[in-house]
Amino acid sequence: MHEHPISIEHVRKIAALSRLAITDDEAAAYQHDLAKVLGYIDRLSRLDLSGVEPLVNVGDVRDRTRADEPGPTLPTRSLLDMAPESFEGFVKIPKVQGDGGGA
Amino acid sequence: MRSARDIARAVAAREITAESVTRESLGVIDRDNARLNAFTQVFHDFALAQARRVDADIASGKPAGPLAGVPIALKDNICLSHGKTTCASRLLEHYHSPFDATAARKLIDAGAVIVGKANLDEYAMGSSTEHSIFGPTRNPHDLSRVPGGSSGGSAAAVAGGMVPIAIGSDTGGSIRQPAAFCGLVGVKPTYGRVSRFGLVAYASSLDQIGPLARDCADAALVLDVLCGKDEHDATSADLPGPNALGTLDEPVPELVLGVPTQAWSPANHAGVTSALKNTIAACQKLGAKIVDIDLPLSDYAVAAYYIVAPAEASSNLARFDGVRYGRRAQGTKDLTDMLCKSRREGFGPEVRKRIMLGTHVLSSGYYDAYYTTALKVRRRVKDDFDTAFRAGCHAVLMPTTPGPAFMIGEKIGDALAMYMEDVYTVGINLAGLPALSIPAGSVAADGDGGGAVTLPIGVQLVGQPFEESELMRIARMLECSREYAAGRAGGV
Repeated sequence: MHEHPISIEHVRKIAALSRLAITDDEAAAYQHDLAKVLGYIDRLSRLDLSGVEPLVNVGDVRDRTRADEPGPTLPTRSLLDMAPESFEGFVKIPKVQGDGGGA
Repeated sequence: MRSARDIARAVAAREITAESVTRESLGVIDRDNARLNAFTQVFHDFALAQARRVDADIASGKPAGPLAGVPIALKDNICLSHGKTTCASRLLEHYHSPFDATAARKLIDAGAVIVGKANLDEYAMGSSTEHSIFGPTRNPHDLSRVPGGSSGGSAAAVAGGMVPIAIGSDTGGSIRQPAAFCGLVGVKPTYGRVSRFGLVAYASSLDQIGPLARDCADAALVLDVLCGKDEHDATSADLPGPNALGTLDEPVPELVLGVPTQAWSPANHAGVTSALKNTIAACQKLGAKIVDIDLPLSDYAVAAYYIVAPAEASSNLARFDGVRYGRRAQGTKDLTDMLCKSRREGFGPEVRKRIMLGTHVLSSGYYDAYYTTALKVRRRVKDDFDTAFRAGCHAVLMPTTPGPAFMIGEKIGDALAMYMEDVYTVGINLAGLPALSIPAGSVAADGDGGGAVTLPIGVQLVGQPFEESELMRIARMLECSREYAAGRAGGV
């Protein structure tokens, strides 16, 4: 396990990876809150887990195939109606790259 | 309000109409929802239309469904093509689902009447139903206390006499803990038992849909309707239904129950320990053998859960991007800015924290230390239960929660205290096992305005995979036992 608390820079990095806008005050609050939870989680480092196989899912997870036959789907209209903005049958989004290359 | 069984029987026999039952339910909701805040939406016209269709079908000679005319509240993270599916989130405040969840469709096909959507912690992340854009739901036993969470609206709707049945979802205890706090039976089925299609995903390897009801028979009735293979959910199990209601009154012979040493935690409220003792005594009176077992990993289950669940949440909630549905921030300069601001505006603080936590534990350099470690703990948690079952236990008996319902506002500022609410429940989701909470006692406490109130306490039974019917038979044995009933009524 890594040392805590985590740095403000790291908090900003995970906010960016999470696609969450974050203010300076929020970054400081997250640093505190996350450190607290991660501090608790650190108890796992007490366990000897050598030789234990990770368990991702308890269910019977296998690739399942079905016959490649067309079936009913939702109408395009009802899907487009959910979108905040649409234009001539497409979902509309802002420019991918902003004026200053803001992304 | 009558039991769901009695309503379905009387509606099928045309002694009463589904419409009159629905009107009665809506009347109680209209009278009391301002006080309890159990519902995010109430569907007056839609409910009455459903009820009239049930009545018309029966009048025309069609066979009545097992839930004919039964008013049901659906947790508002389960998609329904009527009304909105909000997840109690600003981001989905105006979201209309274009389809019904399989669970919702099965209920409607069985003749149930969906009267509204029940409040929850945003995206089912919480243990108190305080993290909701609609405000907190209140516990019908004491309005100054939480009903538990995240299915708190579902629990309050049943405990408040608004509906006989509500549907919840359980990722780390979100059906069982509210059931315990509100004096109800709450069932989390085996992972894979009930289709998750149309349940807004929180942690996909842990989530399960299940019923909250006032007694075991009503819970069994609904469980039988919900279970089954669904081609829309690849993890749904292709097994015959549990027939929980049909077998409910068959006692389990030579019953063996394991009680983990960890159930006697000094952190328990005295009432919880007392309820567990009373339950054990009632089981022994029924002829059950009680054996001590050890679940050594249970002290680590909460820590593992708060890696696995946020990790899955950070991935699942990536879909809420303000592009295809949900809230979109205005006046943004480009796509990334729009994504970041839409999500910042749309998600509440607890949801954002869990997304951040999940992103952190999955990020490069931390993945093995956190995520892989948690998955190894998950294996060991499951192994601990398997050991108890291999040793001959039909089920494991332990508390549902460390204490009774807490005050609104008491734990909202202390995330770890809130997370410890789930100390007895999260391990069962990690192991994918079926479990239920049944009322087991009560404690006196200071209520709203200083008067004395009685708060329910629940105990939990954990079964082997896909043995829901056996689990419910054991719960039913307890429910019928005189000693147990006396313990419940007498408190501590």
